[in-house]
Amino acid sequence: MIIDVNFVGLIIASIMASAVPLILASCGELITERSGVLNLGVEGMMIIGAISGFALMTVTGSLIIAVFGAMLAGVLISTIFAFLTQTLITNHVATGLALTIFGIGISAMIGKNFVGIPGKEFPVLFESLKDTIPLLSPILFGHSVVFYFAFALPFVTSYFLKKTKIGLIVRAVGDSPESASNQGINVKLVRYACILYGGAMCGLAGAYLSMIYTPQWIENMTGGRGWIALALVVFSTWNPIKILIGAMIFGGLTIIQFHMQAIGVRIPVQFLTALPYIVTIIVLVVISRDSRKIRLSTPSSLGKSFYKDN
Amino acid sequence: MIKIVKRDEPSRAIFFLTPILAIFLTLVAGGLIFYILGFKPFEALKFFFIVPIADKYGFSELLLKATPLCLIAIGLSFCFKSNNWNIGAEGQLTFGAIVSGGVALLFYEQEGFYILPIVILAGAIGGMLYASIPAILKTYFNTNEILVSLMLVYVSKLILDYLVVGPWSNPEGFNFPETRQFSDSARLPLLFEGLRIHAGIFLALAAVVISWFIFYKTYLGFQMKVSGFSLKTAKYAGYKGKKMIILVFLISGACAGLAGVGEITGPIGQLHREVSPDYGFTAIIVAFLGRLHPVGIIFASLVVAITYLGAETAQIFMQIPKYTGQVFQGMILFFLLASDYLLFFKFKFKGSKK
Repeated sequence: MIIDVNFVGLIIASIMASAVPLILASCGELITERSGVLNLGVEGMMIIGAISGFALMTVTGSLIIAVFGAMLAGVLISTIFAFLTQTLITNHVATGLALTIFGIGISAMIGKNFVGIPGKEFPVLFESLKDTIPLLSPILFGHSVVFYFAFALPFVTSYFLKKTKIGLIVRAVGDSPESASNQGINVKLVRYACILYGGAMCGLAGAYLSMIYTPQWIENMTGGRGWIALALVVFSTWNPIKILIGAMIFGGLTIIQFHMQAIGVRIPVQFLTALPYIVTIIVLVVISRDSRKIRLSTPSSLGKSFYKDN
Repeated sequence: MIKIVKRDEPSRAIFFLTPILAIFLTLVAGGLIFYILGFKPFEALKFFFIVPIADKYGFSELLLKATPLCLIAIGLSFCFKSNNWNIGAEGQLTFGAIVSGGVALLFYEQEGFYILPIVILAGAIGGMLYASIPAILKTYFNTNEILVSLMLVYVSKLILDYLVVGPWSNPEGFNFPETRQFSDSARLPLLFEGLRIHAGIFLALAAVVISWFIFYKTYLGFQMKVSGFSLKTAKYAGYKGKKMIILVFLISGACAGLAGVGEITGPIGQLHREVSPDYGFTAIIVAFLGRLHPVGIIFASLVVAITYLGAETAQIFMQIPKYTGQVFQGMILFFLLASDYLLFFKFKFKGSKK
């Protein structure tokens, strides 16, 4: 049997493409969690981003407005979460759940008029180089700008957290808000910023789904990816580079489904669809079993409210 | 000038008043959303919250929807009170429905008084089994129960889908994704001729009474309260944490499973793809709105059940999208959490004496 190397390249590229929304959302949430805030509203913010991007694209016709609009929508919706958890000191878990329920509802409400409308073609970069190098070309070239951004993001995030002063501040706030506050850092402000940044990335992840990956609006189209993104953050033990690995595994599971069906493997389709969720559970168990390691890598104040008497 | 001061201790009166405030604020915000969407706010609110329950049939439908919400929320309050975040009740409901539906299908040609109790028991066991997965993984493998229980929701729905499309689909059903109809002996009896409200409501009421007793009259209830307040204190007091975690998950799973039984042996009468319109998720809101108190949960389940009916009515009469129901549910929880601020803080006018 001759294996076409370009075909292998295409499969790898499709795995990477399905990993993009997970990388974006996970890297955003990772920054939020590093500042000590657990935002379970990822799914809600992603779906809001998905409908905002698609709706803006349809209405304005501008892809740039649509992409940035989706990020802005993510920021706006996460502002609700930030205001509740930081200013009104509400419980992170409950507020995040409310955000997800609210987001799914409002996206379906807005999206009602956009069902069945075809999407637009999203421009790709380096298309002329697509046939130059065997195997590598389909992987490296001919993708959207969001794709390249997503694969750069874990490295940028890692650099940001380890090497920059602001990154250090974010980590300090997450690991010990009391001492950070005593050092004169405005804990609330830092956390607000990290939540809004997470919202922007989730908005972008959603827009990628509805504008690039499957260019159309389908109700509930995030289909649990937001929750998988949350699981990926735990999987990565809050290390952005490992998010890349995790997202590729889950992207791979999604793609394998299609190929197994295509070559006629006689496994019920529902089992293949359930695979990413089941693997998420298994991976979480394997990672979390070592409770000492988890404790060392989890931001110490994760999910705990911080209140300072003025 | 207004100053915000921390209260010395949370106000008990406000604890029970804020849910009402939250509902009021939700109505105001909802009216605003309707206005933005181009509807007359008061008319829309009327169609949403009053028209659906204005007659006998509507009231029966209200109780029909409130029953699973109440039942699940009661179960969840065991988890939430003790700081266990079971958010996969939807999956436990679905799995309960699968197990009890499977048992009901075994008896599809038979009649007999013994069938219904077995079917109900099977549902409770199914829910418990499914809830035991996040519980065991949490206690013995330190795995986050939020993510596990949530992932299992997707898995349960896919299992159900597989069964009703494949091995359990009705052989005479022209390939519709549904099973055979259950026999009459596997159906919960209707309470009134011509109305859909069924005996499942007694399961919910029993859960209310039993949970009240456990919360306030037993040692387990006390342990849960302490663990919810501070895990350290609970450990110091020597409570068997693991046993309690598994127990509250099992109770919660049993309640969700029973809610699943109520749906398939009540209004549905067979298994098909959609046994629950997200009751398991909405019940989380019900549990909080009811302040994790059994009596509060009764009221909360009625209030939130209206959002289901209202969404349907408003869609039919005013072409308001049915998802408005979910938007309202999300808002209720937002406003409730926000108004909790008043529990811990009070506003003080500058110049007034302390």
